[in-house]
Amino acid sequence: MTTRKFQIYRGDNKNGELVNFETEVKEGMVVLDAIHKIQAEQANDLAIRWNCKAGKCGSCSMEINGMPKLSCMTRMNEYRKDETIIVTPMKTFPVIKDLVTDVSWNYIQNKRIKPVKLAHECKTENGYVMYQNDVDRVQEFRKCIECYLCQNVCHVLRDHDKKDKFVGPRFMIRVASLEMHPLDTEDRIPELKKEFGSGMCNITKCCTDVCPENINITDNGIIPMKERVVDRFYDPITILGRKIFGKKKKKFPPLSP
Amino acid sequence: MSTKTSFAIHDKGFTKTLRKDNWRLYPGLVVFGLTSFLIYGFWSAWQANFYWYSGGQEGFGGYLAPFYSPLLFIKESVEGAAPMTHSIFGPWPSWWPSWIPPSPSLLILAVPGIFRFTCYYYRKAYYRAFSGTPPACAVGALQRKRKEGYKGETGFMVVQNIHRITVYFAAIYIIVFFYDAYLSFFRAGEFGVGLGSLLLLGNPILLASYIFGCHSIRHLVSGSRDCYSCGLRGDIAHKNGMIVGWFNRRHELFAWLSLVWIMIADLYIRMVSMGYINDPNTWGF
Repeated sequence: MTTRKFQIYRGDNKNGELVNFETEVKEGMVVLDAIHKIQAEQANDLAIRWNCKAGKCGSCSMEINGMPKLSCMTRMNEYRKDETIIVTPMKTFPVIKDLVTDVSWNYIQNKRIKPVKLAHECKTENGYVMYQNDVDRVQEFRKCIECYLCQNVCHVLRDHDKKDKFVGPRFMIRVASLEMHPLDTEDRIPELKKEFGSGMCNITKCCTDVCPENINITDNGIIPMKERVVDRFYDPITILGRKIFGKKKKKFPPLSP
Repeated sequence: MSTKTSFAIHDKGFTKTLRKDNWRLYPGLVVFGLTSFLIYGFWSAWQANFYWYSGGQEGFGGYLAPFYSPLLFIKESVEGAAPMTHSIFGPWPSWWPSWIPPSPSLLILAVPGIFRFTCYYYRKAYYRAFSGTPPACAVGALQRKRKEGYKGETGFMVVQNIHRITVYFAAIYIIVFFYDAYLSFFRAGEFGVGLGSLLLLGNPILLASYIFGCHSIRHLVSGSRDCYSCGLRGDIAHKNGMIVGWFNRRHELFAWLSLVWIMIADLYIRMVSMGYINDPNTWGF
């Protein structure tokens, strides 16, 4: 057992302060454990959102020593014993109370994306048919736990406050997962450029750096989407090719191997 | 619970952060690396001399400094110039302004320069290091003063979308540099190996490793498809994606290795051509 020092944000969106706490910490504890201990022993009204404590629900996102992290996956032994650990809520979203932020803006962005529209010709009596090769890329994006750490760290949203211009990394990969879907027939590329703001991203890759699921958001999700926007709007060769030969007909996986 | 510290949660400002780690290291290294490369590159290109070394022997073979390759025109009268047989279009044009040195490098530098400038990796590096958008993750970005604020790559920087076109031209350099490497293993038609040959062989290998990991190439050979189980072409595209993907995951590594290597190779051949370094090789035996 060692005594560790914390500074935890207490307050709402307008007024708040860092409050000093000290608590005993045992081997194996994570930052969320320590906060729970402080909540139980010293500050019963400390607000914190959490759920699974296993890095799978994406609820306990916050900033620990200024870095966006899941508090349940951040071990205490990552920090020096004499160090004061600063815990603050996510900066990009309005604070409701203490460490809890209002992330509802993200749900609104999600609704703006056209849902999957499966090709009816791919349906068999056993359901839809697709193959592992076709879904290798998309599976990576399905690991997303919607912790919104990527949205929080994205400087377009965080520092420049362009929430009206850019949907953020989480929804760029949602669009990617739908656009790369082998059975999907919907076209989201025009919205991606004009409404979702693919051009606002300058690929500084902080979203990838903070992702607790290690999704390669920028390289495998955002950049391929930017390349599809280039195909449609900027590359003279592909534009000319479409004018001469027409739009490519989408191919679907065979119904049997 | 003890004392409290006043703190505004939504404080914004350039480099404002609660991070305690050494976040300045990465942008600092990038500024050092890219600035060194730019200064050396322009200095080398501006010299217009000592870019060729063949040990004073004529015939097939010799070292050509990579910053000067390919040789579109050659002015033979300058010191350390390549023989005219290596010029693609012949002698140096007479209309060339006298205040600009007759450097073959100045004619070709823009192509790899624009390729690297628009590269998806380098964009991360210099946006962080030079334009502060953001300098590091969760560190306050430089605010834009104009009315519409930050525009990302929708304003002037929309020009980054030419990256795909620049890849086609940059890929030509792989062939050119492999030819230069081949040339470097000969001196007056005789096969041999020198330190310069090894440096010139490493150059196209690293450049190819960098270019084959390009996100635009990955898109062209694989990423633009949604269906990989649709026949032979789909299968080929899937395999292409796996190969390019391997290089793509190491794109940053090869971007820096190829950048540093070409600089060292160019400097080495310049020094050998100027007589400051004695090239260890097998031709003397």
